[in-house]
Amino acid sequence: MIRIVDVTKSFGENKALSGVSLDIFDGELFVLIGPDGAGKSTLFRILVTLLLPDKGHVLIKGLDVVKDFWKIRTIMGYMPGTFSLYPDLTVEENLAFYARIFGTSLQKNYPLIRDVYEQIEPFKKRAAGKLSGGMKQKLALSCALIHRPEVLVLDEPTTGVDAASRKEFWQMLKNIQQEGITVIVSTAYMDEASRGDRACFLHKGKLLKAGTPEEIRESYPYPLYACRSKDNFALLKVLRNEPSTASAMLYGKTIHYSPARKNFSVGTFLSDLEKTGKYGSIEYRKTTPSVEDSFAFLSKQ
Amino acid sequence: MKRFLAFTIKEFRHILRDTRTLLILFGIPVAEIIIFGYVVTNEIRHVPVVILDKSRDVTTQKITDRILASPWFLEETTIQSEQEIHDLFKKGNVRLAVIFGQDFEKNLMRGGKVPIQVIADGSDPNAARLMVGYLSAIAIQAQKDLNKEKETTGRLLIKSRMEFNPELKGAFMFVPGTIAMILMLISAMMTSISIAREKETGTMEAMLVSPLHPLQIILGKVVPYVAIAFVDAVIIMALGGVIFGVPLKGSLLLLMGEVILFIFLSLSLGIMLSTMSSTQMEAMFLSLFVLLLPTVLLSGFIYPIEDMPVALQWFSALMPARWFIVILKSIMLKGAGFLFVWKETLILAGMTLLFLLVSIKKFTIRLE
Amino acid sequence: MNEQDKNIGGGNTEHVVEVRDLTKRFGTFTAVNSISFEVYKGEVFGLLGANGAGKTTLIRMLSGLLRPTEGVARVAGYDVVHHPERVKFSIGYMSQKFSLYEDLTVAENIRFFGGIYGMKKKDLAKAGEAMIHKLGMEEVEDRLIATLPLGWKQRIAFSIAILHRPGLVFLDEPTSGVDPVTRRQFWEMILETAREGFTIIVTTHYMDEAEYCDRIAIMSRGDIAGLDSPENLQSQFSVSSMEDLFWKITREHKTTDAIPGL
Repeated sequence: MIRIVDVTKSFGENKALSGVSLDIFDGELFVLIGPDGAGKSTLFRILVTLLLPDKGHVLIKGLDVVKDFWKIRTIMGYMPGTFSLYPDLTVEENLAFYARIFGTSLQKNYPLIRDVYEQIEPFKKRAAGKLSGGMKQKLALSCALIHRPEVLVLDEPTTGVDAASRKEFWQMLKNIQQEGITVIVSTAYMDEASRGDRACFLHKGKLLKAGTPEEIRESYPYPLYACRSKDNFALLKVLRNEPSTASAMLYGKTIHYSPARKNFSVGTFLSDLEKTGKYGSIEYRKTTPSVEDSFAFLSKQ
Repeated sequence: MKRFLAFTIKEFRHILRDTRTLLILFGIPVAEIIIFGYVVTNEIRHVPVVILDKSRDVTTQKITDRILASPWFLEETTIQSEQEIHDLFKKGNVRLAVIFGQDFEKNLMRGGKVPIQVIADGSDPNAARLMVGYLSAIAIQAQKDLNKEKETTGRLLIKSRMEFNPELKGAFMFVPGTIAMILMLISAMMTSISIAREKETGTMEAMLVSPLHPLQIILGKVVPYVAIAFVDAVIIMALGGVIFGVPLKGSLLLLMGEVILFIFLSLSLGIMLSTMSSTQMEAMFLSLFVLLLPTVLLSGFIYPIEDMPVALQWFSALMPARWFIVILKSIMLKGAGFLFVWKETLILAGMTLLFLLVSIKKFTIRLE
Repeated sequence: MNEQDKNIGGGNTEHVVEVRDLTKRFGTFTAVNSISFEVYKGEVFGLLGANGAGKTTLIRMLSGLLRPTEGVARVAGYDVVHHPERVKFSIGYMSQKFSLYEDLTVAENIRFFGGIYGMKKKDLAKAGEAMIHKLGMEEVEDRLIATLPLGWKQRIAFSIAILHRPGLVFLDEPTSGVDPVTRRQFWEMILETAREGFTIIVTTHYMDEAEYCDRIAIMSRGDIAGLDSPENLQSQFSVSSMEDLFWKITREHKTTDAIPGL
């Protein structure tokens, strides 16, 4: 288990993490969600022993990240946000290099990385700098896996990657998880929250919520309706100004609208609005909150 | 050891794959030595001379004729006193003056050593050296002829003196100076840039979380540059010897030992600088302004240390290259052995140790 | 539904972008393969596609930065081959990666970008003031961009991109890395701007954002594999979500992931 207890970290005036506590279980695929600057990389760097927490402590499988960092470094695989490949070395050379500095070889752990590596193997003589984004990502993942780590930490591996390739990447992570490796991934894409076993949301250095995707969705405290009308903008404005409204936000072609009171009669309220004739007919239906709805609500608190 | 080797192999790959840098690494020393060499060694032809003949006898006239008949020297003007020589030099009208003392022929016939005074413009030391050399050759030839004719027992003695740069500092100086500069450039600048590059691309982060010890990372970075710098030093010395006749009078072994010491010193400096910079750009500017410029300006390479203000003289003592140049000069030009340079060697060794300690201390096992 | 889409799009049939058989080849590799489409005035047009599908090449051609190998493209009435300079003056551009100078203040950024788009001093001062007022950022006018939160920077960058009232605005992954609330607020701003008559082409990797667009084009291997409103595309390909739609289109076409540098 990875136990993060009350971790605080500042860079000068800037508080990157404040009082973050979190447990990640062995063998879990855990997603750390947060916008840029939320503190995701800082938390990861503390996990992989690159940074020291100002306050609090972190135990990885019973090992302390401050005291036992040499041991931790042998059981961790880490893929920084920058991919950390040598652009002038070939695919093969990059991989062989990472294998050797971890005191292992490509042959020894090939079964583990085969799934990922097979996709880039046809280009093994190509310099890593000349690979496409998706291939770099796969090579970096292979490099981080080559020593069969017990815990794999991936810092925003899917940033800038298209939706289909992201989906494939998550499938690869699931396969790695099957090998008994704990996988921790950060992302800024809200839709990836439901790809793991559990997720947590980091906002301005604070941990807002951790749980399974269902738990996160269920944490949305209000009923949620998807409304649409001829003039969504006008409707949005009027909904927002209504004191009974908890939240009203555009969501694609609809407005996600939540009244603050549970027993509020949405039907009456909207048909009254419809009667003013300003918005044309207003369609509405009850909908289940998305993970993003929950996180949006939490980050406004 | 295997891990360390993996790191070193990777470093070599980086260097060998970057042909442009490779060209710089080996091209610059060659270019540098040739540029420095030729800038200071102007062609000796039609050098304006003045001849002050206080004796005005047949012998002095004969020698004068020979001097002026050569393609190297051209009489600028005639003068009556030594005072005029100084003025002419100052104006830059003449670059060489020859003075025959009174009763030149008489003294020569009487036997013993008879001086010909030669004053050369020392601001271009290499040219001055050549001018005096040619003049001596002419004088010696003249003496041989004289001895045949008149059977004198006297000998001509060329007494040369430098105007502006009396001790002829700078002659042959460019080879030791260039060696120091190139070693500094390659070792310090290239290592600091290559470490900063890993920080920039984020690979340093991956290295740090690996079980590699910082010392393995540092040494792995350094080894290839030791080799390259050493090869460069040999190239420079060979070129200096072949093209410009810079001698190696002392022990080759001692010289190589000192060169390797200086390479290690520069590398440790480079590592220290890299701990202070996080981008390649920063590393380059730091190396240029903290290392290279002071080395060139304050090490005595271009400006003689004795001519510097006292404060700068003190400051120049902090320049490793200053001591290294002294060592090189002593070994190459004077043929000095270790006993003559042990003090400077000790200084260099001390500096190396200091820089290494600082960099190992500053090269953290973490990101901060 | 179509009725409503038109409303958001302004119901305009005037073409701001006209592309006919546009092709770009790099050596033997065809990055954009004879595509044709129009973008209407006041429309929010989504440009989606896998990495390397040709989006960036297309945008570069439409901005006058890259010469097409074949075909015609007109942006805001100007041919991109014959009048690339005029095209550049008629477009605004914003991306998450680069848009503002971090070490300049808000006001300095406004002056700089207004200046490079050739705005007259008086107009620029007026437009800049109006922009600051609209954003409600009077307080931070003289603060360095670097000191502002990401969401603010994004709104400023967008406002600056439309400051010279360009006929067409490119938004290149404008919302990557921002928090959910800011993201939705930003889309509100985009849609509001489109209502004012601006035409917007936007690229994104967020599939849910495609639903904000009036029409989307999904590129695959240099082709436009689908072009319509999000709803119509979903029914056309008989899928129920944007994500499935994207998967179906890009993976049926087989990716061009093997081609580097795109």
